[in-house]
Amino acid sequence: MTIDEAGLRRVAALARLRLAGDRLHALSSQVGSILEHMAALQAVDTANVPPMSAAPTAASALRADDGEPLPLAIPRDRFAPAWRDGFFLVPRVASHEGEPTGDA
Amino acid sequence: MTGPAAVAARELARAHAAGERDVIHTVRTAFDRADEVGPGGENLNCLLSSDREAALTAAEALPAGALALRGVPVVVKDNIATLDLPTTCASRVLEHYVSPYEATVVRRLRDAGAIIVGKSNLDEFAMGSSTEHSAFGPTRNPVDRSRVPGGSSGGSAAAVAAGIAPIALGSETGGSVRQPAAFCGVVGVKPTYGRVSRFGLVAFASSLDQVGVFGRTVDDAALGLAVIAGHDPRDATSAAEPVRDHGGERGAPLRGLVVGRPREYFADSLDPRIVALCDRAAETLRAAGAEIRDVSLPHTALAIPAYYVIAPAECSSNLARFDGARYGLRVEGDGLSAMYEATRSRGFGDEVIRRVLLGTWVLSAGYYDAYYRKAMQVRALIADDFDRVFAHGVDCLLTPTAPTPAFPLGAIADPYEMYLSDVFTVTANLAGLPGISVPAGRVDGLPIGAQLLGRRFDEATLFRAAFAIEAALGEEAHR
Amino acid sequence: MTAGAWEMVVGLEVHVQLRTRTKTFCDCAVAFAAPPNSNTCPVCLALPGALPVLNGRAVELAVRAALALGCTVHEDSRFARKHYFYPDLPKGYQISQYDRPLATGGEVGIGGDDALAGKRIGVTRLHMEEDAGKSVHDRFPMATAIDLNRAGVPLIEIVSEPDLRSAREAGAYLRALRRLLDYLDVSDLNMEEGSLRVDANISIREAGSESFGTRTEVKNLNSFSGVERALDAEYARQVAVVSSGGSIEQQTMLWDESRGEIRPARAKEGSHDYRYFPDPDLPPLRLDPAWITAMRDALPELPDARRLRFERDLALDPVDADALVADPMIADYFESLARNHGDAKTAANWVMGEVRAALKSSDGGIATFPVPPEALAGVLDLVRDGTVSTTAAKRVFAVMREERMSGSSTGAREIAEREGLTQVGDADQLEQWVDDAIAADPDTWARLVAGERKLLGVFVGSVMQRSGSRADPRKVSQLLSARAAAP
Repeated sequence: MTIDEAGLRRVAALARLRLAGDRLHALSSQVGSILEHMAALQAVDTANVPPMSAAPTAASALRADDGEPLPLAIPRDRFAPAWRDGFFLVPRVASHEGEPTGDA
Repeated sequence: MTGPAAVAARELARAHAAGERDVIHTVRTAFDRADEVGPGGENLNCLLSSDREAALTAAEALPAGALALRGVPVVVKDNIATLDLPTTCASRVLEHYVSPYEATVVRRLRDAGAIIVGKSNLDEFAMGSSTEHSAFGPTRNPVDRSRVPGGSSGGSAAAVAAGIAPIALGSETGGSVRQPAAFCGVVGVKPTYGRVSRFGLVAFASSLDQVGVFGRTVDDAALGLAVIAGHDPRDATSAAEPVRDHGGERGAPLRGLVVGRPREYFADSLDPRIVALCDRAAETLRAAGAEIRDVSLPHTALAIPAYYVIAPAECSSNLARFDGARYGLRVEGDGLSAMYEATRSRGFGDEVIRRVLLGTWVLSAGYYDAYYRKAMQVRALIADDFDRVFAHGVDCLLTPTAPTPAFPLGAIADPYEMYLSDVFTVTANLAGLPGISVPAGRVDGLPIGAQLLGRRFDEATLFRAAFAIEAALGEEAHR
Repeated sequence: MTAGAWEMVVGLEVHVQLRTRTKTFCDCAVAFAAPPNSNTCPVCLALPGALPVLNGRAVELAVRAALALGCTVHEDSRFARKHYFYPDLPKGYQISQYDRPLATGGEVGIGGDDALAGKRIGVTRLHMEEDAGKSVHDRFPMATAIDLNRAGVPLIEIVSEPDLRSAREAGAYLRALRRLLDYLDVSDLNMEEGSLRVDANISIREAGSESFGTRTEVKNLNSFSGVERALDAEYARQVAVVSSGGSIEQQTMLWDESRGEIRPARAKEGSHDYRYFPDPDLPPLRLDPAWITAMRDALPELPDARRLRFERDLALDPVDADALVADPMIADYFESLARNHGDAKTAANWVMGEVRAALKSSDGGIATFPVPPEALAGVLDLVRDGTVSTTAAKRVFAVMREERMSGSSTGAREIAEREGLTQVGDADQLEQWVDDAIAADPDTWARLVAGERKLLGVFVGSVMQRSGSRADPRKVSQLLSARAAAP
């Protein structure tokens, strides 16, 4: 399995990256050659191996429902790139950028 | 060595508390040393930010009494959140970002009386093995300015090696503390996953990331670790294991200790001079009473491929938050999508973009099972290798830290070749094990590190062995 | 093919906001209508380096809901990251349970309604997730405003099997589900404030077919009746498409409540690739089986069981029993009243009649109702022992309500006596009122005596009026009948 420029363009769109032609070309060959090294994984028999649990620690730490939020030493309007009346502002969502349909 | 790092951190703290040394003087000396290796001097570019006045104010405000790190200068990697210095991750996307909250490890340092001298350079978002992938220029190795300090915590390693501070914090995802420690000739410890809180460490690959400690000596590293270790309710992956100061392991007998020598880490292609230095380190342990045993970790060769699936996958997810909406860089564009794309494409450097693309690819529909799931299965096999060896009476393993000494800046252009620099270190991250790199000697005048790997939460054994190697090789290791 | 030949197949996804003090993964307060972004912290703002820690109370509430739905609660479940870019999703991913949900395999009975009685709707799964923030598009020109107060608020998603066959069944399922959750006290269940949200998956198939058609997802459903209207509209649309030889496209449809119209959403289904993977910041959620058992044992009596008990033990008819269990606190009130008074049927009539009417005319709910069931039982006792008439009892109840609101605790008998509402059973006094009533309308009386028995009511009413409702109507009636038979 490897990746062509069209595949890389699709992945870049998913990751919200815009890559100019020559950068895309260079990246596609680099990513492609990295992926070739990953082929070694496919040769391993993992039929009866459960995937390692993402978090290597055993306990599931739960939090009590009575804490106080960690305070912000810098007010939100000072780190926000754009702020008005208590809101973070982002460029208006264009008509083709509808809210994803599968979320809550 | 003229800086405060010439004195052990433990002795500095004691002398400050006893009034035998002046904290202000110590802090001034640290900043003077930073200036000497800074832009006007050697220009190592190991610190991205520092604030002499703030540090002196903090030094003056220290409460009375004995504190573990009273007045000890400490350098913090710039991917760990601090309140009064920026936290840039060496990325354009966070170039002017100051964190509104502080990392747990930084709070613990301050509570222990440490004085933060500055924030250190790194490969952008800790992605790299040379500190060349910093948006703010590479760091140079204090041992040889033409060479890299290793990475990604190259700035912290260089700061300790240059004598700015006896202790520095770094972070590990695949070897980013141990490898630069080896390259710069200092001690670097990567604790067991869960030993140290990740709260405030800007995530690269959450299941592999762990804050690590550099020390001028093994004891400096032990003291630094004792201060930052321990359960944190703000990190669900931090462990409720008891914390000890492993300074107590100094001089402890090695009789009965079984040290494994994994043959996969000593391949025929490895530089024989590096093999010889590791074997000399092993010999010092044997001479002190340990038994050296040949062992095998058969899945070692799969570690790099597995790592470079898992780490980019998690990285692509963790870096999704850098979208220009709430903080950090925003590059305006025509509409929301254009703003996202302009911000991220302009804000991230090439290595970060490579990994985000790779990670997005391996998680995308149709590839998840073949890549991510498969890599997590292989990861389990790698962890099993270690478990099996440790279950058969081996207490720790001794290996080279890196396959080469520090390489010249710009020498490695191929991304995958750079990845291979982590070949001996990524296994501990994949298995969640502790590791330590301790100076073992020099090749062509360049430092070589010996790596000790141990059972989960058994840093004690690693420190015991590291103290023994340090005691036996001592200054010789630095020659 | 006619519309009647097509069967509607519906499954519902219900999001329920859990009633916790703090958010799912951070200590920020959960509050409706707080100033924008006031309840945000490093974690829910997704500041670099911040980490999530799961709220144990949210787990408890989710487990309660799952157990009440008859689900198997898994000892080991996981949180995954679901990725998409949107400014109200600060991390660029939503933490949600994916391939290892908290619970699977439950059901909801939608009985009570005669036509649907006994039908049970399967619940595929119940999982925990965090809510997104809010995007406000119409506040500022050229900009979308983001409020992250809601980001990270705990939700459960309850996914039904595609077992629903009509809009009415879907409505009945939702009402039964809401009633059940209401009993568990896990959520405010307020659709207007977004603490209960519904999405519907709908397809059609030829009647009798076992396979499923291509489904669409209907969103923007703001009320249960809206769900029913939207499903009927989407069903009609699908039937029209298929009947004219077209085929259904898998897509998201939006319901426009004000226009009563359904239209396709702009974003195409399938253009998203969520790249789920287990969240490495959160260890697997491991639940002790003994704890799960204890949670099951601690569940309150659920509405279905309660309804059946009311029918069986208190001899209520199914309609009354169903109405009474609709609100757990009303049902509690009824039970206490019935226990104190002794006659369940009378207690039911009073709760469904007078008490409900009184609640409707006042602001507060049953929780703040001034007349406790013990005091109302005293009123009912007066009717049973003949001390007051039913009409007078209602007056006593009204007076009692007034007085209790201002802190009085005067009992029913004292009020009845003080207000002169006790029934007069004294024969001489009754005879006097009967004489007066006959004397006032001798012509009608003559017709009654002549055989027009239905006129008896006129004289009963007249006597009651003369007595100020204090005469015992049973005795008045007997007296008048005797007089008419032997004038």
